[in-house]
Amino acid sequence: MSFLTRSSTHRQADRIFRWITIVCAASTLLLVGAILWNLMSNAWPSISRFGFGFITSTQWNPVKSEYGAASSIYGTLVSTAIALLLALPISLAIALFLTSYAPPWIARIVGTCVELLAAIPSIIYGMWGLFVFAPFMQKTLQPWLANLPGPLFSGAALGVGMLTSGIILALMILPFLTAVMRDVFAMTPPVLTESAAGMGSTSWEVTWHISIPHGLRGLVGATFLGLGRAIGETMAVTFVIGNSHRIAGSLFAPGNTIASTLANEFNEADSPLLEAALIELGLILFAITLIIQILAQLWLRSLQKQQAR
Amino acid sequence: MTDLRLSYRSSATRKAMDVFVRAFSIASAAIGIFFLLWILWVVLKKGHTVLAWSFFTSAPPSPGEGTGGIRYALVGTLKMTGLAFLMGVPVGLLTGVYLAEFGRHSWFAAGVRFCVNLLMGIPSILVGLFAYTLIVLATPRHYSGQAGAFALAIIMLPTVARTTEDMLLLVPDTLRESALALGIPRWRTITGILFRAARKGLLTGVLLSVSRVSGETAPLLFTALNNNFYPRDLSQPTANLTVTIYNYAMSPYDNWQRVAWGAALVIMAFLLGLTVLLRTLLKERNR
Repeated sequence: MSFLTRSSTHRQADRIFRWITIVCAASTLLLVGAILWNLMSNAWPSISRFGFGFITSTQWNPVKSEYGAASSIYGTLVSTAIALLLALPISLAIALFLTSYAPPWIARIVGTCVELLAAIPSIIYGMWGLFVFAPFMQKTLQPWLANLPGPLFSGAALGVGMLTSGIILALMILPFLTAVMRDVFAMTPPVLTESAAGMGSTSWEVTWHISIPHGLRGLVGATFLGLGRAIGETMAVTFVIGNSHRIAGSLFAPGNTIASTLANEFNEADSPLLEAALIELGLILFAITLIIQILAQLWLRSLQKQQAR
Repeated sequence: MTDLRLSYRSSATRKAMDVFVRAFSIASAAIGIFFLLWILWVVLKKGHTVLAWSFFTSAPPSPGEGTGGIRYALVGTLKMTGLAFLMGVPVGLLTGVYLAEFGRHSWFAAGVRFCVNLLMGIPSILVGLFAYTLIVLATPRHYSGQAGAFALAIIMLPTVARTTEDMLLLVPDTLRESALALGIPRWRTITGILFRAARKGLLTGVLLSVSRVSGETAPLLFTALNNNFYPRDLSQPTANLTVTIYNYAMSPYDNWQRVAWGAALVIMAFLLGLTVLLRTLLKERNR
């Protein structure tokens, strides 16, 4: 008898525990829904006033109450693109160094150092960027780059601007990319790499013909990861991008990103329409992250299917 | 195809290519280390001048004179992180339990997993914006430490959930089956046996979430704001380290900038220590 009652209270407790975990799990769905709903409803005055023109308009004029997202979207995409262009080859090379060139004890030290780059908070990247790295850019790197032909490296060397932000973003995503690429290289079956080496391939040929094709999908996944990290980075960029609502052809020019515009102007937004416009910027950033996330997860799923085969 | 191209290329160019790539990879590693050391050195050099015991126990300095300290900001940050911990960690932990133990392959679990990943990838400034629209606006434009803690909790939740799921899945099923065979109820199996078996991994996840929020500035900008007074309770705008660093670093006052570098050094030392601890924890688990 006592056994029966005990097992039924146990079953009761199990059911309650299970429901608690379900409620907690459901809260994540609720959160995502609430974020979307809140951003949309608070951005509504701006959405209904400017419509689709908001995305393509380069206006940002609080006096006339005209707002457009084009310069922020442009800056977000360009700074992220610079970061990826710089970080992808460098992280690939570091991963290569760690897995095939360096002796284990050096690889351990270098690996730790690169990982520690991820431990530095973004506000410190921003301070270092503004007070140390931007002057260095202005005095050393930008005058040197200005010798190159083309409009990309023209104009006044201000130190702050799109290029400086891109370089700092590249540093910030470097540890994440390196970690994924290192795992990808480590996952290449030794049979393949050893056979290639046995046939007389150089280390680079083994990497180029065996490891990279074998891990290509993982490397693309790493790119998504870096993209997601760089696109919403706020504090570091706010310090060094120069905060101007202009689209300039030169990478030396100051600009802004969605995140930096929010960080800079949201607390000073004194009109409801400006606040709504800023929240709509946030909504656009959310949409971009959502798309990246969906693509990354679809990619990951096809990767798992391929591996299961 | 590939092999043909290889055989036609002279061995000198192949070797040259290999040497070039080797040099580039060594240079890249050097670049990574160089920037790390550069940043560490700058923060150390600019930050150490104000470091003294009184830096942790004094009130903030007035603009232009004196060093003062970061006591209010430190206490505010600790209180907000503590509150965020109490909100984010249990929910994250139980979400992870659901994903690993109850809903492994269900549609609902797939949706939850997607949302957890999405929340992990969401820019932290958007979390701050969301907390602003949800909490700050609800009480007509009233910034508070609670809103800040709520934003930090949203950042902690997915990290804890993901690591909890991963770590529980590493526990072999034989352990679950033996416990059930002994007639131990499911919830006791999970909290008493599986949690214990995976305790290092769970601790790693929790510490990881703490390290993710301790350096965060963006989610606090529109929620906790900042304050010049002691954070007695979190219903008011609350002093905190990161926004203090931001405001002081951007200010024209020399003494405020020095305090900003000092506070940056404190946060950086804490985060580097935590990261090294996490690394050793992960290493031990992998062994």
